[in-house]
Amino acid sequence: MKARVTVMLKNGVLDPQGEAVKHALNSLEYNNVESVRQGKVIEIGLDETSKEKANKSIQEMCEKLLANTVIESYEIEII
Amino acid sequence: MRAAVIIFPGSNCDRDLLAALRLTGHQTISIWHKETELPKNIDLIAIPGGFSFGDYLRCGAIAAKSPIFREVVRHIDRGGYALGICNGFQILTEAGILPGILQKNEGTKFISKVVDLRVKNITSTFTHNYSYNRIISIPIAHHEGNYFALKDDLKKLRDENCIAFEYIDNPNGASDNIAGILSRNHRVLGMMPHPERHTESAHGCQDGYSFFKGLLQTI
Repeated sequence: MKARVTVMLKNGVLDPQGEAVKHALNSLEYNNVESVRQGKVIEIGLDETSKEKANKSIQEMCEKLLANTVIESYEIEII
Repeated sequence: MRAAVIIFPGSNCDRDLLAALRLTGHQTISIWHKETELPKNIDLIAIPGGFSFGDYLRCGAIAAKSPIFREVVRHIDRGGYALGICNGFQILTEAGILPGILQKNEGTKFISKVVDLRVKNITSTFTHNYSYNRIISIPIAHHEGNYFALKDDLKKLRDENCIAFEYIDNPNGASDNIAGILSRNHRVLGMMPHPERHTESAHGCQDGYSFFKGLLQTI
């Protein structure tokens, strides 16, 4: 089974990388770009057949390592 | 003090830290991160600066889960002393030993320069050699030094006298100008600036000398 975890900075947390990307897009004359937030995508191959178990296991991984929940939120997608 | 300096792949300030500790009279030992036990009678665990595990995932996140870290946590739980400088500070927050997190600098740049700090706590093992509000010059060199903590945590840090050092001219956007914080028992210190880089006369400034000397005088 494969899973995709998307980790993003929580709303309200300053994202200097996203800001820099936004400025670069604006300087390419994409003046319609109002905001950019940058996060990360982590794909995990899992030796698991139960979706429920996989989800629970990945949630633990997110809390323990993959995201720092002080400033980051995460979403799990089983694919 | 008997000090153990923990080394991870990518640590690059370990030798400077060992030199500063030895210069001020400490006994030192280096410990590789794959070790699962600490030598007996270690008083201080020192975690150096650098880019442990290439800053993969988040700065300090992987080092905080390395084999030796279980022992580091045990040492701290027993009331042992620990010091994390720069990447060491990031590792201590990722391990949940100190509150908050070090985010990317507000201006997106890596900053390497000497900054002025104000000493805010003068009772801890690490800071008792300084006077209150004394200004000291200490170098910084980081990309993720922008300290962020939830409002409640910031209040607790202030109320419990856990803010050790503040920047005078905030270089990185850190909350409340925080450059270094102490644990609730004041025995663990995490700081972004590098006191080990201002200890010898050849460094041009020795404001970090009394920091390491003060540690020795405690025990």
